Amino acid sequence: MSSSLTPDAPAFVAKTSGGRITDFVDQRVGGSGILREFGRKVFPDHWSFMFGEVALYSFVILLLSGTFLTFFFDPSMAETHYAGSYTPLTNVEMSVAYSSSLNISFDVRGGMFMRQVHHWSALLFVASVSVHMLRVFFTGAFRKPRELNWVVGSVLLILSMAAGFTGYSLPDDLLSGNGLRIIDGVIKSIPVIGTYTSFFLFGGEFPGTMIISRLYTLHILLVPALILLMIVMHLFMVVVHKHTQYPGPGRNDGNVVGYPLGPVYAAKAGGFFFIVFGVVAIMAAFFTINPIWNYGPYDPSPVSAGTQPDWYIGFVDGALRLMPGTIGDWKVEQVWFGHMFTFNVLLPALVPAGILFTVMFAYPWIERWITKDNREHHVLDRPRNAPTRTAIGMAGFVWYCVMWAAAGSDLIATHFHVALNDVTYWLRALFFIGPVIAFIVTKRVALALQRKDREIALHGRETGRIVRLPHGEFIEVHAPLDEYKRYKLIGFESPVPLPAVPNEHGVVDRKEKRRAKLSRWFFEDRVAPATPAELEAAHGHHGAHEAVEAAESQKTLSH
Amino acid sequence: MKALSQKRRHPLAAIALLLMGLLVTGGLYAVATTVNQAKADTTTYSASDVEEGGKLFAANCATCHGMGANGSQAGPSLVGVGAAAVDFQVGTGRMPMEMNGPQAYQKPAQFNEEQTKQLAAYVASLGPGPAIPEAGVLDEKGNAANGGELFRTNCAMCHNAAAAGGALTRGKFAPALAGVSGQHIYEAMVTGPQNMPVFSDANISPEGKRDIITFLKQIEANGSPGGADLGALGPVSEGLFVWIAGLGVIIAFTIWLTSRTS
Repeated sequence: MSSSLTPDAPAFVAKTSGGRITDFVDQRVGGSGILREFGRKVFPDHWSFMFGEVALYSFVILLLSGTFLTFFFDPSMAETHYAGSYTPLTNVEMSVAYSSSLNISFDVRGGMFMRQVHHWSALLFVASVSVHMLRVFFTGAFRKPRELNWVVGSVLLILSMAAGFTGYSLPDDLLSGNGLRIIDGVIKSIPVIGTYTSFFLFGGEFPGTMIISRLYTLHILLVPALILLMIVMHLFMVVVHKHTQYPGPGRNDGNVVGYPLGPVYAAKAGGFFFIVFGVVAIMAAFFTINPIWNYGPYDPSPVSAGTQPDWYIGFVDGALRLMPGTIGDWKVEQVWFGHMFTFNVLLPALVPAGILFTVMFAYPWIERWITKDNREHHVLDRPRNAPTRTAIGMAGFVWYCVMWAAAGSDLIATHFHVALNDVTYWLRALFFIGPVIAFIVTKRVALALQRKDREIALHGRETGRIVRLPHGEFIEVHAPLDEYKRYKLIGFESPVPLPAVPNEHGVVDRKEKRRAKLSRWFFEDRVAPATPAELEAAHGHHGAHEAVEAAESQKTLSH
Repeated sequence: MKALSQKRRHPLAAIALLLMGLLVTGGLYAVATTVNQAKADTTTYSASDVEEGGKLFAANCATCHGMGANGSQAGPSLVGVGAAAVDFQVGTGRMPMEMNGPQAYQKPAQFNEEQTKQLAAYVASLGPGPAIPEAGVLDEKGNAANGGELFRTNCAMCHNAAAAGGALTRGKFAPALAGVSGQHIYEAMVTGPQNMPVFSDANISPEGKRDIITFLKQIEANGSPGGADLGALGPVSEGLFVWIAGLGVIIAFTIWLTSRTS
């Protein structure tokens, strides 16, 4: 009875006050349990696994530097006369938004640096998201159970482009105004609803007096909130799925080989944040980005040469540049029922991007349907071991790069002293041929690399040492691989084409036939990994080489 | 003399020497520049200038522009193009033309100032045309802000808002304007060389042209306040830089961070 009246003696009392405070907090929030769980989370070590981290860190830098910029930026399109310290613009009529951007650059202490930090890290953010996605695609990390995380990642890519574009337009300088004008043109080219949509967005005829403040709300509120939400989902799924790993001895779909998060990996990751911050800070300190004072205030009449969007919107701009106005005698811009249909803007602006993103979102399901592969995959593919997927990826990549290059067609022309028209013609041709060439070349290269791997696994590495045997034969000595290296060359999955299977009614339907065809196209020219039997046979066959090896080493010993 | 040689090891001797050197070079430079200014003011041509210019023309230009400068299949007539056109084309090395092509490239001038002046005198004598501008419009003391507005409205679509140049159709291009003298900029505006349109005084007043030159010279002198300008080419060079340098350095770090284990 007395025990219920007298308080229990605590089981543990920390010796220091710091310890006691920690213990107090821990008993209420359960931090040590979380730490135990997360601290033991294992991360495989590979440089290509760090791009997601780069993206996350650049996003943190964006939030920090962006917050600084909001203190001084005024997203108003009211007219003012510049009175700041950049003399070539003194007394020029401009919007308050542009004027405050100039003030951030020239009259706010550290403002120029912060603006450049913000813009450079924005470019780095989208770049690292893209490279991260390329890594995930080419290593097959999007396969079960990570398909939904791939979708979240793709949404993040689109959101990061949206964040970038809305931010790019905010200073209301001539360059970004030209970019907005192109967006306005694209919206207006949408049949029937285009003009109304444009009027709705801009609050009247372009440019109006609303767009900057509207973009500002999107840029600092909606888009970052969505990005943050997606990042949380993304990381949550990373924790649930555990990290993927490259193939290697002792690594399989049931384990993760690497280092625990705490303490070494956490320290590395934390340090890496400062490395990324440092790289961005050095770029911002020494290299100018978006020198808005050069471009002047936005005014719908002037258009500057060399007007491009930031790199991540470049491919859409490039597609617009590649589109001809007439094909033969047929005008791409048509008047139907007394209405203008501007297909020469609508098609290039929406179709290539639409195809790219649709294939990107759907790809995990496309491949899953073709391969009927419903197993979980935690061990990655080396790109060469999935030749068709790698080739598809490279075809898309080259297609993107052709459009990307087209966005800089004028600079290619001036810097390589070629005619702008020729650049456009070549890129138009490459737009169609480029992906095909890329597919064929990549697939052949991947298959050749697989054959090389097989050869090395079976016969060992060529040493370049030529030995003459007693009976006069010359052979090149092949050094056998150690088991670890050999495992890497032979330990991969190599699916075979899946023939069409009848469904529950015993019928092979058309869809299944199509799937079987695609499956054959995917896997028919596969290079199978060397089997244990083949390895055995190869070693038996090459006994002579190894005998020479043994004799050689004995000779060395006897010396 | 002896006193001087004794003092040559004085602690202040080096400073005195430096000061003397600076004064001499500075003084000479000041004299030289005033000489140039004086020359630019006087663009009256003597009869002998015209005569010498005619000889130079016959020897170097007539192959394409024809004897008497009235044009041929290979080159346009130069009657009425004025001294400004000659001073620009010959003074920037564009003429005599290096090779046939969509556009004449700039190269080191082939004729010296005297010869250029003689050629200009000869062409000016063939018919009235734009003269070499007065020093008053080239003093770079106009209104840079107004010049900037005029530049963005009239020039930036080809020459780029930062005057970094740009591409035109079929191999033609608008050159970058950094390092071009005010006189040549002015002459280009009034004569419309190569593929450039003419900006007559009715289009942009001499005062406006003076403002444009002031603006160009001022942004050139300002440099790039935000750091290295990466060619002032805008988002393309920025994108290349972040992909190659930015991401490249970060990849190097990732490799370093993960290199201890494998």
